[in-house]
Amino acid sequence: MKIHEYQAKELLRAAGVPVLAGKVTRTPDEAAAAFTALGTPICAVKAQIHAGGRGKGMVKGSTQRGVELAKSADDAARIAKGLLDQTLVTIQTGPEGQVVHQVFVESGCAIERELYCAILVDRHAGSPVLIASTAGGMDIEEVAHKTPELIITEPFDPDRGLSAWQTRLLSARLGLPAASWRAAEQFFKALTKAFVNLDASLLEINPLVLTKDGTMVALDAKMTFDDNALFRHKDVAALRDETEEEPAETRAAAAGLSYVKLNGTIGCLVNGAGLAMSTMDLVKYHGGEPANFLDVGGGADVKQVTEAFRIILSDKNVKAILVNIFGGIMRCTTIATALIEASKTVGFTVPLVVRLEGTEVEEGKKILANSGTTIITADGLTDAAKKVVAASKGLKA
Amino acid sequence: MSILVNRDTRVICQGITGKVGEFHTRGCLDYGTRMVGGVTPGKGGETVADLPVFDTVAEAVAATGANATMIFVPPAFAADAILEAVGAEIPLVIAITEGIPVIDMARVMPVVRASKSRLIGPNCPGVITPGQCKIGIMPGYIHTPGHVGVMSRSGTLTYEAVWQLTQLGHGQSTCVGLGGDPLVGSSFIDILALFEADPDTHSILMMGEIGGSAEEEAAEFVKHHVTKPVAAFIAGQTAPPGKRMGHAGAIISGGKGTAEAKLAALESAGIEVAASPADMGAAMVRAIEHKNKKKQK
Repeated sequence: MKIHEYQAKELLRAAGVPVLAGKVTRTPDEAAAAFTALGTPICAVKAQIHAGGRGKGMVKGSTQRGVELAKSADDAARIAKGLLDQTLVTIQTGPEGQVVHQVFVESGCAIERELYCAILVDRHAGSPVLIASTAGGMDIEEVAHKTPELIITEPFDPDRGLSAWQTRLLSARLGLPAASWRAAEQFFKALTKAFVNLDASLLEINPLVLTKDGTMVALDAKMTFDDNALFRHKDVAALRDETEEEPAETRAAAAGLSYVKLNGTIGCLVNGAGLAMSTMDLVKYHGGEPANFLDVGGGADVKQVTEAFRIILSDKNVKAILVNIFGGIMRCTTIATALIEASKTVGFTVPLVVRLEGTEVEEGKKILANSGTTIITADGLTDAAKKVVAASKGLKA
Repeated sequence: MSILVNRDTRVICQGITGKVGEFHTRGCLDYGTRMVGGVTPGKGGETVADLPVFDTVAEAVAATGANATMIFVPPAFAADAILEAVGAEIPLVIAITEGIPVIDMARVMPVVRASKSRLIGPNCPGVITPGQCKIGIMPGYIHTPGHVGVMSRSGTLTYEAVWQLTQLGHGQSTCVGLGGDPLVGSSFIDILALFEADPDTHSILMMGEIGGSAEEEAAEFVKHHVTKPVAAFIAGQTAPPGKRMGHAGAIISGGKGTAEAKLAALESAGIEVAASPADMGAAMVRAIEHKNKKKQK
C-alpha cells in the first residue's frame, strides 16, 4: 500500500526522523494561510499524488510543475491553484496522469548537500538494507546503472537495527563532515526503526539533505507498506487513499483478490500468480492482449470467484474471458460452481473459454457440462489461448 | 533416490486442526505420505485423520520421530511456527502459508541459516517425490516417477510444467516449490546443487519469474557447477514494469529483474529456454536431446 508524502512525513516525525514543518492544504486560500503560518521566507508547494517524479512532472495543458518554490503567500496560492484538481503527468503516472487533490506546503531550509537514502528488504541478504548515495535528488536507478560505486549498502538486523559504527561508515563514505556524524547516526537509526516498526516495504528519502547548519533532514519521503502486515497497523491502513487507486483494483483487494488492470481485450481469471503471469504471456504469444492480471489465489471461495468475474466484466474493453485453473488448494469444483453462479447473477456478455486441470477436475467439468451455461472448453494451454484470442476477435477457433 | 523427501520421510503438519491443514493432511495421506502426526497449540490429545495432535513440535518429534514438517499455520503466527520447527531441529521445514509479513521472515532467516534445518517456502506448494512422498498442496495425480528435477517460484506454474512432462512421458525425480515471497528459505542454487548431486535426477526444469535476480544467479551457477541438461521458463515476460503481479517478488523496477535480462542470462549459461508456458515440457525434452547428441559426438 502506498501513502502520500505528507502522511509519510507525519509517521516519520512521530518516529523521531527530522522533517521540515509543513501543512497539507486543499484550496489556494489554505495554501496561502499555510505559507504565512510557517513563517519562512521560502516554501515548497508540492502536489500530493502517489506517483513519483513530481518535480519534473507537469500539469496537463499548462507549464505548472508538480513541485515549485513559493516566495510569498500569493505565490503559494497561485501554485496551489495551478495544481489542485488538475491532472499531473509524471514519468511514473503514465500519459493519463493523476488528479491532484491536495498540495503540501512545506517550509524551506538552507541546503548544503543533497544525498539519497532508502531502506528495503533485500532478498539476497535475507534482511533489510539501508542504501545510501551521494547522488541525491537524482534518478537512483540510473545512478545504480551508470555509477554503481556511488551506491552504499548496509544490511541490518530488524531487531538490532543499524549499529553506531555502521552509521559512521555511512557518514564517512557519504563524505559528511565529522561534526554531522552524530546527527547522521540519529537520523539513520530513527529511519531504520521506523521502517521495521511500521512494516514498510520501501522507505525512500530522496533527497536527504545536509543543511548549512549541519543537521540532516528528510526533504522528500516515499513510503510503501507490506500489505501482508497491515493487519497489525490499523493506523497505517487508515491512511489508504482510494482516490489514488484504480477502482477495480480496490474492489478486488477488498474481496481478497489480486487484480491489475491492463489495456487489452482478453479478461484472464487464473489461480496462482506465476500461472496468471504465464497466462498473460501465452495470450500475447498467440496474438491477443490481456485485459488484466487476476490471481484468485488458493483459498478463494465461490463468493470471491463470482466477484472476480464481476470485476473482469466491469471492464468494457473485455471481449472474451479466459479461465485457466490448475487446481491445487483451489478445487476445480469451486471454480465451476462460481462460474455458474456468476452466469446466473451477472450474466456473461462475452465468450468464455475455460481450461480446468488439477484437484477435482472431473467433478468440476461435470458441473459445467450439466449447467447449461454456454462455455468454450479447452484442453491444455495452447488450445485455450488460441480459442480465446479467436473469440476476442469474433472468430471461431 | 531423489532429493529432500522419499518413502521413509516421517511428516507432521503444523496447523493440522485448521480446515486447510486437515484437508491437505488427508491429501498427503491418500498419496501415501507417511504422515505421523500434527501440532496445534492447545489441541494436544485430539486426533485428526486418525493422527495424534500435539501442543508443541518438540512433543510431536519426541513421540513420532518426525523428520519433516508441513506448515499451514495462519500468516500472523507462521514465522513463529517456522522458528518452533527449527528449534525442535526438524531437518526439513516446508512452509506452505501465504501472506507472512516480510519483516517476520527477515527475523526468521538468520535463525534458519545458523541451524541444521532446511526451510522450503514460505508461500509455496511444497515438495513431492512422485510415487513416494508428497508434502504440500499439489495435486498428486499429475506427477509420475522419473528423472526430471523440477523447481519453481510459482505453485500452479509448477503443476503446469509437471503435467506437460508427464504427458510427454517424462517422469519427475522430485518437484520443489521454492515460494513466491521476497524472502524464502531455499533458492534455485540450493536446489540445483541437490539435483546435480542426485544420481536419480538426470535433467532439471526450472520456472522463474520477473523481479529480483535469483534466475540470473541460478544461470551463473549452472554455467559453472551443473553438468545435467537444464531448461527454464520465465513468467511475466509481458508484464508492465512497476506493477506488482500478485507475488510480492514479481515486480520489475528499473532495469533489474526484467524478463530480457533473465532470458539472456539463461541462454548464455546454455539453458534451453521455453518460448511460452505451453513449451516448458518440450523445452526440457529439447535440452535432454541436445545433451545426448553432444555426448554421442
